Amino acid sequence: MKRLAATALGILLLGGASPAAAQLEGETFIHDPSTVVLSDGKYFTFGTRGGGLISEDGWTWRGGGERPGGGVAPDVIKIGERYYVAYAVGGGGMSGGHASQVKIMWTLSLDPKSPRFKFHDVGVVAFSDGVETADAIDPAFLYVEGRLWLTYGTYFGPIRIVELDPKTGLRVAGNRPVDVAIDMEASAMVYRDGYYYLLGTHGTCCDGPNSTYHIRVGRSRSPLGPYVDHMGTPLLRGGGKMVVSARGRNFGPGHFGLIQLDGGVEKFSMHYEADLDRSGRSVLAIQPLLWKDGWPVAGENVAPGTYEIASERSGYALSLATDIVRVPFDPRRSFMAKPTDPVTPIPNQTLAEDSAGWPQGRIRVDLADYMNRPHQLWTIAPVAGAGGYFGAPFYKIVIAGTGRALAATADGEVDTVPGFTGAPEQLWQVDQLTDGTYRIAPKAGKRGVALVAIGASTPSLVPFDPASPAGRWTFKTP
Amino acid sequence: MLLPSVDRRHGIPGSMLLKSVASLRPGLSKAAPVRPAEMRQRHPFQCVVPIIAAGMLGLSATSPAQVATSGPAAAGQGSVPGLSAFFDPASSGPTTPDSDGFLRRWLLLEPINKPNRSNAGFTATYVRQTLTTPYFPGQFTAVPRDGQVVSAAEPLRWHALDSRSFDVKLFNFAQALNKPTYGVIFWAVTVIDSPREMRNVRLAVGSNSASIWWLNGRETAGLFNDRRMVMDDVLSDRVTLRKGRNVLRGAVINGPGLSDFCVRFLDEDGRPITDVKTDVR
Repeated sequence: MKRLAATALGILLLGGASPAAAQLEGETFIHDPSTVVLSDGKYFTFGTRGGGLISEDGWTWRGGGERPGGGVAPDVIKIGERYYVAYAVGGGGMSGGHASQVKIMWTLSLDPKSPRFKFHDVGVVAFSDGVETADAIDPAFLYVEGRLWLTYGTYFGPIRIVELDPKTGLRVAGNRPVDVAIDMEASAMVYRDGYYYLLGTHGTCCDGPNSTYHIRVGRSRSPLGPYVDHMGTPLLRGGGKMVVSARGRNFGPGHFGLIQLDGGVEKFSMHYEADLDRSGRSVLAIQPLLWKDGWPVAGENVAPGTYEIASERSGYALSLATDIVRVPFDPRRSFMAKPTDPVTPIPNQTLAEDSAGWPQGRIRVDLADYMNRPHQLWTIAPVAGAGGYFGAPFYKIVIAGTGRALAATADGEVDTVPGFTGAPEQLWQVDQLTDGTYRIAPKAGKRGVALVAIGASTPSLVPFDPASPAGRWTFKTP
Repeated sequence: MLLPSVDRRHGIPGSMLLKSVASLRPGLSKAAPVRPAEMRQRHPFQCVVPIIAAGMLGLSATSPAQVATSGPAAAGQGSVPGLSAFFDPASSGPTTPDSDGFLRRWLLLEPINKPNRSNAGFTATYVRQTLTTPYFPGQFTAVPRDGQVVSAAEPLRWHALDSRSFDVKLFNFAQALNKPTYGVIFWAVTVIDSPREMRNVRLAVGSNSASIWWLNGRETAGLFNDRRMVMDDVLSDRVTLRKGRNVLRGAVINGPGLSDFCVRFLDEDGRPITDVKTDVR
């Protein structure tokens, strides 16, 4: 218990001294980030005013992105060879005005170092005239089944949608903008299972830790609406189901951007108006995206702590493959006891009792009946400085109260080593899946490989199949 | 380093942020009162001449403003829409709520100036204090007549209107009358004629921004802080609609940004009440 307490204290101290585990690392400062897009082997997101952030792994970000045109709140989408960039100039109440233009440009690369990095201006595809109660800012793309949609707008009037020609980026001739929501800005769209989802930011921006920005969603069978929320309230009447709101020391999430990763993992980018661990500045954030009853909702990285790791395939618990140590107990006493006999608590099996016969070296793992035994209790914690992957740090997974760490073997199996060293094979990428369960993948080894229950009682490291429960895991409190 | 000490959209230094949130996004995060320079005096049910030529998009005759499905844009690109884009003059006889129960007939008072650079300060204490301050005679008691002018800090006229939308668009009401749109208080009154006593009903209100509503002289619902209009945002405690005449009075305060409200009554099963009549006399 002493060692556990010390570990927990260490985590708390770490959390107070540096950015929390769920946050990204590096120069994450941005406002109104565009959808994260891969170009030239790197990930890019662009913000208001013209700059952008670059990352190799979706965890550590740095400046260096370049976007001409200035203006606010861009979005980016890749169609064919082209990266289309939409951004807005004017409006949004800046300088007291609402006259604004949504402009489009394209480039073959987002990497300023690439010879293919050259922006071509397409022109204005939407505008607000400064008199009407509408703002043509905050554009967002959606490309579905060969059709390119663009939403835009703010609280100053409706969110509108127009259709663009994916070959040129221009408005489709004769296209009519349609009002699809109110009380919303920083809109975004997602298509899934026959529904168009319109996400947008509600609340107040730009006020640091007092910003009430949060993201809501409605859906429709048609991109043109009508969009309604889970209560059936039309988005044109202020409806919207909550997707993500302030949490912990982060306030004002806004500007949703879908990130679809390998293995069916979905996450989303956003900014927090204020990260209290970073002077209250506006920062990029990435969080898991879950789908519950057909609705997107923010997930969570696994919180540091001690858990049973349960297989979604068999329901068995990840365990050290060691001899079972019985808890001393005479069942006859239980059966023969009278209802009025006094009862006394029986203590949990201790680590010392369970571990007395454990081998000193590597120990394999298996899946077994969960019995709340020390060889089944895993402490999971982010590893400072080890990096991460798209919004989640790399974790170590050790038997609680020990240094014995889950590790990938050289031949692609999984076991434990007696002491955690920080080696790549002892670091784990833990991504929450869209159903709320988790994928556990080694940092080392083949890409796409994860911890999978290849038998009811046998775990291994094999390619992850998002359609199978065998690679999904749940962290349960003991 | 990107945006190190500036925030949304135009680089307001962080140290100025609290003061200048408003100027960042007046339509959104609420800015200092600004009136479009294009606005000018005109008949309230007319539009001014369009000020921006079509064709900016190079899309032949198509423009977003012309083709939008709702809102002022439909009234004509580049023009300040008249009242007719959002309201009709109240007809002579009583009317009914719309099919969703929203009350559309109201007496609206031209806005009272009450400068607020931000809506962030609309605490319940501030709003209640501000909206219970007397501004004109009969504020809490009278059912005014259409066209009646009251003596506030300046003469203000009551307008009897039927909203063309489920929500009553106060910003556009003020804009069409060439009145201040930001930093204002709007007063609204309607009369509900109930065919029977209705117990355990609730007043359901959405407003942008904060508001207080009084049914038959008793405060019934309050919406506070920086709000945007969401239908059924705040529901009152159970109240009784008397058989016959009931007077519903509301006051909406707004700093910068759009302002509107929507009001309906829900029965004890949560269904909208539509079998009442409303009028403004």
